[in-house]
Amino acid sequence: METKATPSRRTFISLAIAAPLLTWGLTSCGTTGPGGGSAGGASLWALSGDPNETIRKNSVDAFNKANPKTPLGLTFFQNDAYKTKIKTAIGAGQAPTMIYGWGGGTLKSYVDGGQVDDLTSWFEENPEVKERLFAGAFGAGTIDGKIYAIPIQTVQPIIFFYNKELFEQAGAEPPQTWSDVMSLVTTFNERGIAPFSLGGQSRWTSMMWLQYMFDRVGGPQVFTDIFEGKPDAWSHPAAIDALTKIQELVKADGFIKGFNSITADSNADQALLYTGKAAMMLHGSWTYGGMKNDGGSFVQDGKLGWVPFPAVEGGLGDPKNAVGNPSNFLSISSKASDEEKETAKKYFAESLSNDDEVAAFIETGAVPVVNGIEDMIQETEESEFLSHVYELGANAPAFQQSWDQALSPTAAEELLNNIDQLFVLSITPEQFATNMNETLGK
Amino acid sequence: MTATIPARRALRENAAPVAGGSTGRIAWLALPALVFFVAFAVVPLVGVLLLSFTNWDGIGAITPAGFANWASVLVDPDMLHALGLTLLVMVLSWLVQTPMSLLLGVFTAGTQKYRTVLAVLYFLPLLLSSAAIAVAYKALLDPNFGLGAGLGLPFLSQDWLGNPQLAFGVVIFVIAWQFIPFHTLIYQGGVRQIPRSIYEAAEIDGAGRVKQFFLITIPQLKYTIITSSTLMTVGALTYFDLIFVLTGGGPANATRILPLDMYLLGFRANLMGPASVIAVILVVIGLALALFLQRLGGKDNSASQLEGM
Repeated sequence: METKATPSRRTFISLAIAAPLLTWGLTSCGTTGPGGGSAGGASLWALSGDPNETIRKNSVDAFNKANPKTPLGLTFFQNDAYKTKIKTAIGAGQAPTMIYGWGGGTLKSYVDGGQVDDLTSWFEENPEVKERLFAGAFGAGTIDGKIYAIPIQTVQPIIFFYNKELFEQAGAEPPQTWSDVMSLVTTFNERGIAPFSLGGQSRWTSMMWLQYMFDRVGGPQVFTDIFEGKPDAWSHPAAIDALTKIQELVKADGFIKGFNSITADSNADQALLYTGKAAMMLHGSWTYGGMKNDGGSFVQDGKLGWVPFPAVEGGLGDPKNAVGNPSNFLSISSKASDEEKETAKKYFAESLSNDDEVAAFIETGAVPVVNGIEDMIQETEESEFLSHVYELGANAPAFQQSWDQALSPTAAEELLNNIDQLFVLSITPEQFATNMNETLGK
Repeated sequence: MTATIPARRALRENAAPVAGGSTGRIAWLALPALVFFVAFAVVPLVGVLLLSFTNWDGIGAITPAGFANWASVLVDPDMLHALGLTLLVMVLSWLVQTPMSLLLGVFTAGTQKYRTVLAVLYFLPLLLSSAAIAVAYKALLDPNFGLGAGLGLPFLSQDWLGNPQLAFGVVIFVIAWQFIPFHTLIYQGGVRQIPRSIYEAAEIDGAGRVKQFFLITIPQLKYTIITSSTLMTVGALTYFDLIFVLTGGGPANATRILPLDMYLLGFRANLMGPASVIAVILVVIGLALALFLQRLGGKDNSASQLEGM
């Protein structure tokens, strides 16, 4: 009897230990999680990096103080990490209540998957929320005529920045045309200064160059054809011309040495401009706040200059056309509970783009997507830069949303991969076009 | 008295697990581990195999795709390029790491005090995570703000991670830097297992240090080499974090090895089906490789090398 009893008791014990562990293991995959929020109420994920991080944090803190019974949980992620995290979380049914995004192709994939709520009727019931925001900012948040996302934060056009001090030393003028750009490349290379800073490893940074060049050479219709999936749209003569010009710029050592190993997330590309290692930089308007924070007195001393992206001789695009992010967006997860959705909508109506937030954004050198703030902009120290951004964002004849956001994730990844190869000259413009034509309509 | 005899017999039975009846009972103890293995290894593996025959963007509905993903991935030149790179990384890291860790392992197995101090220094990289190593090297190799610029040494200011050929070499170097300490540790343990008496006998016969190394140390380390090589080559199929942070697969796909390709396809391009195909291919290559290397050791590779000494 005893010989039998000993092992079976052990078996029992080992099972007894295993059972709760197993239950824990299984449930932790299924029902609870950081994003599920079943315990902590509504949740919001946002991007880390100041100044936006602090503004969002203050906004949520104020909301939680005013609504202690329905507090919002807030988590920050780095840009590139967030894009993966949010996709995985949504696929696993663990999305936060409010999904931060850029609209466009990615938002469409959420809509197709039934993951986000249609907010059209809510905006009809709360017209004051909609009327307060830039009408044009709703475009990328609208899929098939229905609004799935509320525009938040700031309009972020891509700006042609330059270092005034270096230009004075070289006796040069900021470029107005593409041939000006090419001659400035020679000027600065001769002085041992890199003409352009670029965080090429991030790839979307190189994409901003293509976006402006496509527009300046061929006008906005070239990308509209691509967006609509017209056959061979990438092989348009204007597209080939733009791609060829970019490769000419690379071959002329237009970009800083080692641009392929620089990432934009670390802000090393901005540092190159304000430390005087590079003379010019094409980058989002958000880098203004970054350079003001990190660049010592560079911005404050008026050494940062900006001009519209140069025209291309014989090109069809209006030099006033802009590219960039018309806005960021928040959507509401369709998997959230009714209470969580209520809290989220309350946050939309009360806290997003309220006076405090608008003032905070303007103070950092950004233009919130809010109507009627011209006077506030004029009163700031940065009125010159902010007016330029406002012009670009609100009055551009065509404002092209960033391609990697406008296209589907599948086409966008292929695009970024091909841009990487184009910029290290391992493929020709024709090969680029052929590769990209295969993604049309995908 | 009557109680102690069966108890002692039970003890003896437990002590000798090969003996008949108790094997079954002992096997029960493996049950929790088995349950975890099935839940967290077998089930996901089958899941991935099933996913490879479907179309899924990671968000919407999963639809069956038949063999379409397999057909497209197997002839995709990008995939073949990534597969070639993966094998190249595997071979090169074996060629770089094995001699280095073998020599370091033999060296640190000595008993002098300074060797202990050096051994501790060699093992430092082992304590760092891949991501931390990648971030550190990225900062050091930055052509504008890195080591070369900081020290004013122009030859260090190469475009290390922006030039396709250099970037691949840097990846091999950093991988070696990260993993040599681990394999050194394995070899150090292996060398310390070799009985002194063999070396003493060789010395009496007049064999020098080099001869002793090639005729005693290396043959005696046969199974250690096989173990280390298995870990090294199969491990090469999973290099991801380091390369992802260091180069992101670039420039121009020069370091886009298969595991990275799988991640970018699945989580960036939302193509879970083709990404699953690559995952299955990686599992198959890994298993085949491990099996082959174990075969190299012959049938007696789990027996003690000290038997009969």
